[in-house]
Amino acid sequence: MNTNKNTYTFIYASIVVIIVAFLLAFVSSALHQRQEDNIALDKKKHILASLNIFEKDAAAAFEKYITSEQLLNENGTVASEEKGCAFGCGTSDITEKRPLYIANVNGDTKYVFPLTGQGLWGPISGYIALNSDKNTVYGVDFSHASETPGLGAEITNREKFQAPFQGKKVSKDGKIALSVVKNGKVENPDYEVNGLSGATFTSVGVSKMLQEILSIYGSFLGSTPVQQSAPEEAATEASPAEPEEAESNN
Amino acid sequence: MNKKNKEAFIAPLGKNNPVTVQVLGICSALAVTAQLKPAIVMGLSVTIIVALSNLVISLLRNTIPNRIRIIIQLVVCAALVTMVSEILKAFAYDVSVQLSVYVGLIITNCILMGRLEAFAMSNGPWESLLDGLGNGLGYAKILVIVAFFRELLGAGSLFGFQVIPQWCYEHGYINNGLMLMPPMALIIVGCIIWWQRYHNKELQEQ
Repeated sequence: MNTNKNTYTFIYASIVVIIVAFLLAFVSSALHQRQEDNIALDKKKHILASLNIFEKDAAAAFEKYITSEQLLNENGTVASEEKGCAFGCGTSDITEKRPLYIANVNGDTKYVFPLTGQGLWGPISGYIALNSDKNTVYGVDFSHASETPGLGAEITNREKFQAPFQGKKVSKDGKIALSVVKNGKVENPDYEVNGLSGATFTSVGVSKMLQEILSIYGSFLGSTPVQQSAPEEAATEASPAEPEEAESNN
Repeated sequence: MNKKNKEAFIAPLGKNNPVTVQVLGICSALAVTAQLKPAIVMGLSVTIIVALSNLVISLLRNTIPNRIRIIIQLVVCAALVTMVSEILKAFAYDVSVQLSVYVGLIITNCILMGRLEAFAMSNGPWESLLDGLGNGLGYAKILVIVAFFRELLGAGSLFGFQVIPQWCYEHGYINNGLMLMPPMALIIVGCIIWWQRYHNKELQEQ
């Protein structure tokens, strides 16, 4: 058989493409439900991790600890209290719908807020749990899509990066003060957490994510209303950029 | 296993190593070797994908039109990588989260195309499978060696567990942050090449 003829090449290419397309479509649709279940279970695990709960059966633990879910209005009032309303929100819905999980851990009320932001290479996300005073951090959990292993990816490290958040305060004089600063440059230990050395951009990303998302919940937290926090956000965006440039010039 | 098959499997582990002798797959060796765990995950995934795509291409080798062979090779490995990652997402979600960063790196790994073009296009399925396994493991071996030094000297840990005791730090020992940066991977690979050539006279150019 002459495999160099044009017609043969065309027919061969078409058949290969059809077979591969069919295979990929089949695998994708056959496994879709299982993948969705895994993603939902993973989300529950992360929400529980921010509450420092690591039970094996995440689905059961989620039912046990998360007492209700809410969507909030801009002024901090409840827009929806349907079961699953917060859990159904994707990362892009956070700024619009303000999802909130209310948990009961050993008799204390905790509020869990979903976070989303940008790291160095891709999106980062996470959850932050606050005590019933809506100001003290109870726990955090961060995840990332493609940060560098050993550097930016260390934001998922519980002991090294996440544990120091516990006990920090969120708002100061009506502004979101919780932030990540350059390693060793903590000036207000009540509000600031040491960043990761060698992962400045990812640390700044986490800091920005906390400031931006928590200020969306401003009125619920009892700090600055959303409208007034807009110039504030611009200021926090600009300030971490400056030392960054100074550093790269070194 | 006859001599030729054995050679196809053994050579890439030593004298014909894809990273240190053929100098392929360097880019991914820089990206994933800051820690041991991702290095091992990456090494194993590349091994599986090289072996499988070698096998498929070898089975098809007599039908593939010469002028579009590279595209066919690329389609086969891209399809395999995508399918493997979909299956992992459904049945081993934790592993797939680990892998998510590397899926793109596996497809673009030069070792893959190199072996398909150089070996699978002209050898039988069984030899090709062995060659794929050998090259994947040879690649994994270098990745693990590099990751061992980078994690040990850069973070003082292995597999995430602290191995350099706290009193060393108290007496002034400092982790070498440079080890975590990609350039150090190149330097370590360079040292391995140096060591290997020093011990294998036949690898040295005249």
